[in-house]
Amino acid sequence: MSKGTPASPALMAAKSPGHGAQTSSHSGVVSTANQASAVLGPNNVVAPVQMSGSEALVRSLEELGVKDIFGLPGGAILPTYDPLMASDLNHILVRHEQGAGHAAQGYAMVTGEVGVCIATSGPGATNLVTAIMDSHMDSVPLVAITGQVSSSVIGTDAFQEADIVGITMPITKHSYLVTDPNDIPRVLAEAFHLASTGRPGPVLVDVAKDAQVGQMTFSWPPVIDLPGYRPVFRGHSKQLREAARLIREAKKPVLYVGGGVVKANASAELLVLAELTGAPVVTTLMARGAFPDSHDLHVGMPGMHGTVSAVTALQQSDLLITLGARFDDRVTGVLSSFAPHAKVIHADIDPAEISKNRTADVPIVGSLKEIIPDLVTAVKVEFESGGTPNLSDWWAFLGNLRDTYPLGWTEPEDGLMSPQRVISRIGALTGPEGVYAAGVGQHQMWAAQFIKYERPRAWLNSGGAGTMGYSVPAAMGAKVGNPDRVVWAIDGDGCFQMTNQELATCRINNIPIKVAIINNSSLGMVRQWQTLFYNSRYSNTDLNTGHDSIRVPDFVKMADAYDCVGLRCERVEDIDATIEAALAINDRPVIIDFVVSPDAMVWPMVPSGVSNDQIQVARNMTPVWDEED
Amino acid sequence: MTRHTLSVLVEDKPGVLTRVASMFARRAFNINSLAVGPTEIVGISRMTVVVDADGDLIEQVTKQLNKLVNVIKIVELVPENSVQRDHILVKVRADAATRLQVTQAADLFRASVVDVSTDSLTIEATGYADKLAALLAVLEPFGIREIVQSGTLAVGRGSRSMSDRALRAS
Repeated sequence: MSKGTPASPALMAAKSPGHGAQTSSHSGVVSTANQASAVLGPNNVVAPVQMSGSEALVRSLEELGVKDIFGLPGGAILPTYDPLMASDLNHILVRHEQGAGHAAQGYAMVTGEVGVCIATSGPGATNLVTAIMDSHMDSVPLVAITGQVSSSVIGTDAFQEADIVGITMPITKHSYLVTDPNDIPRVLAEAFHLASTGRPGPVLVDVAKDAQVGQMTFSWPPVIDLPGYRPVFRGHSKQLREAARLIREAKKPVLYVGGGVVKANASAELLVLAELTGAPVVTTLMARGAFPDSHDLHVGMPGMHGTVSAVTALQQSDLLITLGARFDDRVTGVLSSFAPHAKVIHADIDPAEISKNRTADVPIVGSLKEIIPDLVTAVKVEFESGGTPNLSDWWAFLGNLRDTYPLGWTEPEDGLMSPQRVISRIGALTGPEGVYAAGVGQHQMWAAQFIKYERPRAWLNSGGAGTMGYSVPAAMGAKVGNPDRVVWAIDGDGCFQMTNQELATCRINNIPIKVAIINNSSLGMVRQWQTLFYNSRYSNTDLNTGHDSIRVPDFVKMADAYDCVGLRCERVEDIDATIEAALAINDRPVIIDFVVSPDAMVWPMVPSGVSNDQIQVARNMTPVWDEED
Repeated sequence: MTRHTLSVLVEDKPGVLTRVASMFARRAFNINSLAVGPTEIVGISRMTVVVDADGDLIEQVTKQLNKLVNVIKIVELVPENSVQRDHILVKVRADAATRLQVTQAADLFRASVVDVSTDSLTIEATGYADKLAALLAVLEPFGIREIVQSGTLAVGRGSRSMSDRALRAS
């Protein structure tokens, strides 16, 4: 995918950046024979040449087609930073390694390519841990390169030594400790292959200092040797036929769409399947934009803060057509009461997700890029022989819910701005070609609810991990990956204070992101739970950044200190003008302090620990169900 | 809990045992025993993992194991179709008065005496877990001073080899 060119969803989905060779494989198994092409990049042939391990590391990244990396040097990675200076690789010096990690994630999310971050040993490496875990939870293709102390002192508690391979073992797809410089090209090629194929995820490459300094013989491409790694791409034809049969028989089918559709670049294929079946579509938090919000078949986001129509569609469904979703607890609520009448078709590239939480009636392992078109073919055959199902009763029911319980908000009683209005105006004035990276909390849910997503890779957030502080660095990475797009960080006043040091990185490297701080002067989501479940006892959630507080820090002054543009908006009538002003500034980052009401709450909500049937549209208000169930 | 015996072929690389063990710990799966050793193929090790898991959980265990990049192949060996053996060394109190009784007990289980001192015997035995438990019950009254036990080893019955097909690709 070319960077930043506005692309229609169809165009974006038609391309399979990075791993086209694998997803088009029809063998179902990556054999030794085609593993040569598993090496990413243009596959230039480089004849053997002597160089140092660190030169080989940089050269391997170049040969793998890497353009941008995010990092921060230190003792154990110093040898690698020297050849980096002479390389065409665009290295962006961050202010904290966590920022490098999230920036690489943001970059990967908007481009579909592998994000790369680099850090030194010990604390440098451990500062990457949160971003690695985040990538693991949200299946983001990430390669994290860390320096390690020399192999001769590994295990002696040497200065800045940390067993980062051990520390990250449960939160990486795979990891390597490199002590022989000759291994560097192969290990990096394998790391990129692992990160980008199958279910994407983070791979850690820890390189001992002596392996960087030592001499080796470099040649390209290396031979990938992963006998235990054989992702399946093509769905099983018998299961596809069975799925098609269930789709024809279902009276209340739902396409339960997860982030896997985005990762597989299968949005265009999904559109075909949805329009063929006429089934309602729900897009999870990770899948916002995988299917256009404006489409008639879209009934919203499911889950704890999903729409009544989406939550109820799943609850009352008789067939879940699950595509790249994983029955996360935030979607299912109490698992035993989730979609009690539904049969389950579950398509996923990771077999371990199938029947992990909810037993699947029809499991389909493979890439959605292959499965969905195959399913379309099978469904057409079914419909031709058995007739097209009539879903009009189902749609009458759901359409009524969608009309009766649209997303909305009530204006706060304290006279302060409603955060929902601010966020929906940002979305409306920026439009679907923008990129929106949220932090974690109330503002994240409102950004998922009130911005209209029409294309995949426009919405970035920390879904599985729930990492506060994700937004600013992720937006920075997204802007590097998509320099021609408007990139918003929709952030909270709590989140912003965790990673805002990357404003310096943005300013100095000319990465003009826009940050909207939805400033309710508190840890808003925690406060909401305290309001609802802890008798409004606000233990340690007041941050003193907003209205009627001492405003520490003053976000406008802070923006000024970073030589960014700082704006403050406190009145409803100024919202549009402030957003327009921010949209007009493109020579440096803009930080807007939107001072909003701390009393606004995220609705609808399924309280923790109860069935999704107990969804509340507002406090203690549960929809009245008709005789349907 | 149902006991399952999994034979797992893995690449012989640093950290593989840690990856397997840490995955079991993180996913809250119960390992009953674990035995690792080299195979007839250089670079490939074989783990025999005995897992306590009910219902669908064993499927999740094998799927999660399969996700480990260094894991090449997994086969579940059911008792009817496999030979399964544990290996045990037991140090038992035995003086001149009881030594003969202890050696006779060992004989009954085809166990052998591998070390003798004035007041103890060390007995080596191999067998299915039930048999070893019975041996220990018989030795118990004499006074058991030390037990060392291996994890279960298991191999499928018949001529087929688990490594045949798995390794052709590598």
